[in-house]
Amino acid sequence: MSNDVLVVAEIREGAIKKVAFEMLGEGRRIASELGGNLLAVALGHGIGDVAAPLAHYGADKVFVADDPTMADYTAEGYTNVLAGLIGELEPALVLLGATTQGKDLAPRLAARLGAGLASDCTGFAVQDGDLRITRPIYAGKATAIVRETARPYMATVRSNIFAVPEPDTSREAPTETVSVDAGDIRAKVVELIKEAGERVELTEADIIVSGGRGLKEPENFALIEELAGVLGAAVGASRAAVDAGWKDHSYQVGQTGKVVTPTLYIACGISGAIQHLAGMKTSKHIFAINKDPDAPIFKVADYGIVGDLFKVVPVLTEEFKKMLAEA
Amino acid sequence: MNIVICVKQVPDTETKIRVKDGQVDHSETKYVVNPYDEYAIEEGLRIKERMGEGTITLVSMGPERAKDALKSGLAVGAEEAIHLTDEAFEGSDPYATALILSKALQKLDYDIIFCGKQGVDEDHAQVGIILSELLDIPHVSVVTKLEISDDGKSILAHREVEGGHEVVEAPLPAVITAQKGLNEPRYASIKGIMAVKKKVIPEWNAEEIGVETTSVGLEAAKVSFVEVSLPPERESGKVFAEDPVQDAIKVAHLLRDEAKIL
Repeated sequence: MSNDVLVVAEIREGAIKKVAFEMLGEGRRIASELGGNLLAVALGHGIGDVAAPLAHYGADKVFVADDPTMADYTAEGYTNVLAGLIGELEPALVLLGATTQGKDLAPRLAARLGAGLASDCTGFAVQDGDLRITRPIYAGKATAIVRETARPYMATVRSNIFAVPEPDTSREAPTETVSVDAGDIRAKVVELIKEAGERVELTEADIIVSGGRGLKEPENFALIEELAGVLGAAVGASRAAVDAGWKDHSYQVGQTGKVVTPTLYIACGISGAIQHLAGMKTSKHIFAINKDPDAPIFKVADYGIVGDLFKVVPVLTEEFKKMLAEA
Repeated sequence: MNIVICVKQVPDTETKIRVKDGQVDHSETKYVVNPYDEYAIEEGLRIKERMGEGTITLVSMGPERAKDALKSGLAVGAEEAIHLTDEAFEGSDPYATALILSKALQKLDYDIIFCGKQGVDEDHAQVGIILSELLDIPHVSVVTKLEISDDGKSILAHREVEGGHEVVEAPLPAVITAQKGLNEPRYASIKGIMAVKKKVIPEWNAEEIGVETTSVGLEAAKVSFVEVSLPPERESGKVFAEDPVQDAIKVAHLLRDEAKIL
C-alpha cells in the first residue's frame, strides 16, 4: 500500500474538467502530508494532448486509458478499468469530481473495491497520518467530519471549493498507458440530448442569477437571463419557480436541487425558504432583491435591495454593461 | 413485472437541523418519505398501470418509524411492504445499507428496482448504485424519464448531465435512481390511508435475510461520522430600500468595488 493520491480526471467534450485541476491542487497538499506522490488518470479515446495539462497542474505521473470502449463514459466500463488500475497502484486516496459522471461512477467503483466513499466533499485534513474529511449534509444545513476505515479511501469532491493551482506549462510527468479491458457493459449511452445554446453550469459557475416566484410569469425569466448574459453567469431558479413549471428542474437551486458555491449569488424575487438557503448559503457573496423587507433571504445577504425587481434588475443589467464597457 | 422500490424516512426538508454533542439532534424532527423516493414510488405505480400487470414491493431499512414510510407507499397503491429491521443494522453506512437491501432482494423476485437518487438527510447518493453492483446488475442514476420496452426486457432512461440529458439503454433487471422531474407523485386518498392503518408489515431481521451482523451497522462502517456541526451563521449586510434605480446603481458599484466581481 502506498501513500499516493490518485485523481480521476474527467474529460468532457475534449477537455479536462476544471474540478480535476482543483483536485490536483488539493491532492498535492494531501499527498505531501501523507508523504506520497500525486497521480492522475484519464479515460477516453484519442486523448492525445488532452491529458498533458495534468502534469502542468501537478501530477507526478499520468495514467491514460485510451481505447474505443472508453470513448463514451459507462459506469461499468470505467469501473472495470479503474478497479484494475487502483488494485495495482494501491493509492491511499482516490479523488473523483462530484460531477454527474463522478457521482455515478464512484459508488460502483467503491463497492467493487470494498472501499468507503465520502460524497461531495469540501475539506480534507491529515491527522496522525489519517484523513478527516469535511462534507456538508442536509444540503449544507449541517457540516459533518467523517473518517474512512477501508483502504483505499475514496471521495468525490465538490466543484468550486478548492483553488485551481498555478499551472507550470514546462512541467512534464511520465505517462503510462493503462491496458484496457472494459468487460461486459450492459448500460450504454445511446444518445446525448444537448440543451439549445451555451449554458453555464450551475455547480461550476462563478456568478449565478436566480429567479423565484417574485417574477410572476415564466416569460419574465428573460430579465434574469439578460442580467446573467451580461455577467457571463449561470441562471438558477427557486423550487417555487420550478414547481410552477417556469423552469426545468435542472435549474433548481436548493435542497432538492443543486447546491452551489459561486463567488456571487443574485437572488431575484426569492423569499429564501430554508430548503433554498441550504443550496446557496455558502456562496461567497449574496445579493438579494425582494419586495418584502422581512424576507428571510435578507438574513443571509451581503447586499440587499428592498424593492420591485422589475425596476431594479434592468438597471443592474445596464449598469454592469456600462462598467464592463469601461473596463 | 416485479417492481421493488427502496424507500427511506428522512427529516422534512423544511426542518431546521439542530446539533447536540457533535451529532444531529432529532428530538424535534418531523419525518417524511424521502422526496426522491416519492418519484420512485410514483414511477413504479405508473409502470404497473401502463403494463396492466405487476406487483410493487416496498422495502425499507430502518427503525420502527420506517414503517410510516412504507405505509405512505402502500396508501398510494403499492401491494407489499417489507421492513428490514435489526439492532445490528443501526448506524449502517451506505455500503452496509446496500448490503442489507441486496440480501433482502435476493429473497424476492425483481425485474426493476427503484431508489431515490439520494436521501436528503446525509446526502450520500450512493445506496442505489452500490446495490446494483452487489446484485451484479446495471444501474442508471438521476433518471428524469423512463421507457420500458414492449417485451419488458430493457429500458431507455434519460439522465440529467451537465448541459443536457443522456439517453441510456440497459437490459432488465436494473436499478434506477429517481430524480425530480421523473413524474408528479400522486397524493394518497383518504380511503387509501385508512386501508393501511391497521396493515401488519412483515419484519425481516439479519438472520432472516442471511446477513452477518458483523458486516453491517456502526462497527462495520467504512465511512463514519466523527462530528457534526452547524455552519457559521452569515451576518446580514447592507440593505437599501430607498429608490430602486439609485439603489441598483449603488449595489452594482459595491459589487464591483467591494466584492470585486467584475
